[in-house]
Amino acid sequence: MSAIGDQSFGYVRGMPAQPLPPPAERAGMFGWLRANLLFSPANVVLTLICVLLIAWVVPALLRFLVIDAVWSGTGRDACLASPAQPHPGACWAFVRVWSSYFVYGFYPLGERWRVDVFFLTLAFGMAWLLWPAAPRRDVGACYVFIVLPILSFILLHGAPFVGLSVVPTVLWGGILVTVVVATVGMAVSLPLGILLALARRSDLPVVKSVAVAFIEFVRGVPLITVLFMASVMLPLFVPERLSPDKLVRALIGVALFASAYMAEVVRGGLAAVARGQYEAARALGIGYWRMMGLVVLPQALRATLPNIVNTFIGLFKDTTLVFVVGIFDLLRTIEAARADPKWDSPGITLTSYAFAALFYFVCCYGMSRYARGVEARLTRAGRR
Amino acid sequence: MDERADPSTAAAPAAGLAVEISGLHKWYGDFHVLRDINLAVARGERVVICGASGGGKSTLLRCINRLEDWQRGRIVVDGVELTEDPKRILAVRRDVGMVFQQFNLFPHLTVLQNCTLAPIWVRHMPKREAEALAMNYLARVKIPEQADKYPARLSGGQQQRVAIARALCMSPNIMLFDEPTSALDPEMKKEVLDTMVELATDGITMLVVSHEMGFARQVADRVIFMDDGQIVEVNSPEKFFAQPQHERTRAFLKQILH
Repeated sequence: MSAIGDQSFGYVRGMPAQPLPPPAERAGMFGWLRANLLFSPANVVLTLICVLLIAWVVPALLRFLVIDAVWSGTGRDACLASPAQPHPGACWAFVRVWSSYFVYGFYPLGERWRVDVFFLTLAFGMAWLLWPAAPRRDVGACYVFIVLPILSFILLHGAPFVGLSVVPTVLWGGILVTVVVATVGMAVSLPLGILLALARRSDLPVVKSVAVAFIEFVRGVPLITVLFMASVMLPLFVPERLSPDKLVRALIGVALFASAYMAEVVRGGLAAVARGQYEAARALGIGYWRMMGLVVLPQALRATLPNIVNTFIGLFKDTTLVFVVGIFDLLRTIEAARADPKWDSPGITLTSYAFAALFYFVCCYGMSRYARGVEARLTRAGRR
Repeated sequence: MDERADPSTAAAPAAGLAVEISGLHKWYGDFHVLRDINLAVARGERVVICGASGGGKSTLLRCINRLEDWQRGRIVVDGVELTEDPKRILAVRRDVGMVFQQFNLFPHLTVLQNCTLAPIWVRHMPKREAEALAMNYLARVKIPEQADKYPARLSGGQQQRVAIARALCMSPNIMLFDEPTSALDPEMKKEVLDTMVELATDGITMLVVSHEMGFARQVADRVIFMDDGQIVEVNSPEKFFAQPQHERTRAFLKQILH
């Protein structure tokens, strides 16, 4: 082997190599098309199939939802087929007429401003907490987790001592109930889930087994069962006048259910934090709670953020299950409105569900986009 | 900033022993990893612990701030005996800085925040004061310009120097180094070792688990050789390298020094 001399294989650059622009076939629009959509026969076929699928679905959807849709009217006649509109599309006039019911349920007309104020305070709190550049987000967290719940209770339920009449929860409905159930579920499940996850990883055997028992029991039972238990079984054990409000019972059920799932999500995040992080914090003399709050949880929650949002999205859609115990969330109000004989026409059912789908999609997609934005920001921050 | 909030450490005698270990035994399950360790380290003394891997060096070091517990024996650090009592453990840890093989910087915090975290939350130092202190130590390890970067942007040698600065920000009386240069490329070892040599001239008590024999020769007051969970030999660096007493020390040195 030593016979292979330096001259035959050795190559020493005489001049320094200058940086060159990338080759043209990789750049520009055609370069992108070729590289991403048409780089092999199989790829061409896949691209074609996708284009055909889009061409098949999107125009029909657009025609039904927008082009042929009926935007105004006062009754079923507006949405029936007629010589003027042989193929009536979505009956948005129906949604418009019923919209205040979809938002407030049976909340008394004169008190609905209270719900509006609630939505505003909630939106304000969310923006404060979720907008990364907002000032004093620690105060924002206090506002969202302490002030807002009390304020919301006074606003929505009423408090005679400040002049707000009591509105019983049976009158609540629609988006109001959906938002209340979802936000309470999220606001309780994240901190409770974190505590459960910490308990499950604890060295104390009693704490650990209680957490494991709770998590495994709740995860082993469908949410519907939890809700039925909360609304049907609880009154059997607790006297009627002591048993809490139906909505409160459902809220507790949803919150505990979500907490068990959140605990497992957070536990996954905790497992992703290296042991050295705990040791470094301990070696600095940092106690357990500060170590968790300042060093471990920030990393764990970041690592598992997509899963947390995924759980939130699942929770948001699961709120529709409260209808089985007779609570009027958005889906249930839509169901009720759909049966209105005044609007009985072929397109009503499709319109109703399209509206519900749109609402849930916008909310869930919003959460998903926000999470991706945060992830991207964290990745950038880590590379800085 | 040299004031100590803890009465237990403040009560420690001004002169005397920094670390006192007597009759220490530790088992991992059935494995007897530390066997009857007796060691006294004076204040300001610089001790290098070496030995083959698996010999219990790191475990011994980690007992001193009770990252590891033990089954028999006692350890007194700066006059405070380590027991199960969490208050004592925290007091000792606040008095003892530690530098790890894998740096263990907090990746979600900037270099400056890494250094100010414990002073702010443990010593309850005002943020501005803690930052001034941190910048002071970052300047001493010669990377003040990296203060606002995240650890992932730094080279291994820079990260380890930040880790040293982070430990120093708690103004410890004792520093533990657990193989501080083992995870570093050769050209980065030097910058970390230089930092440690400089630190040694300041008179802080140092216990260093390391195979850097040059460092041991240069700064150590005593070199300890551990094998099979026992202290086999304790000697001054000159004697340790020139006339090792024990058979196993000679074998080890032969391997290390080629």
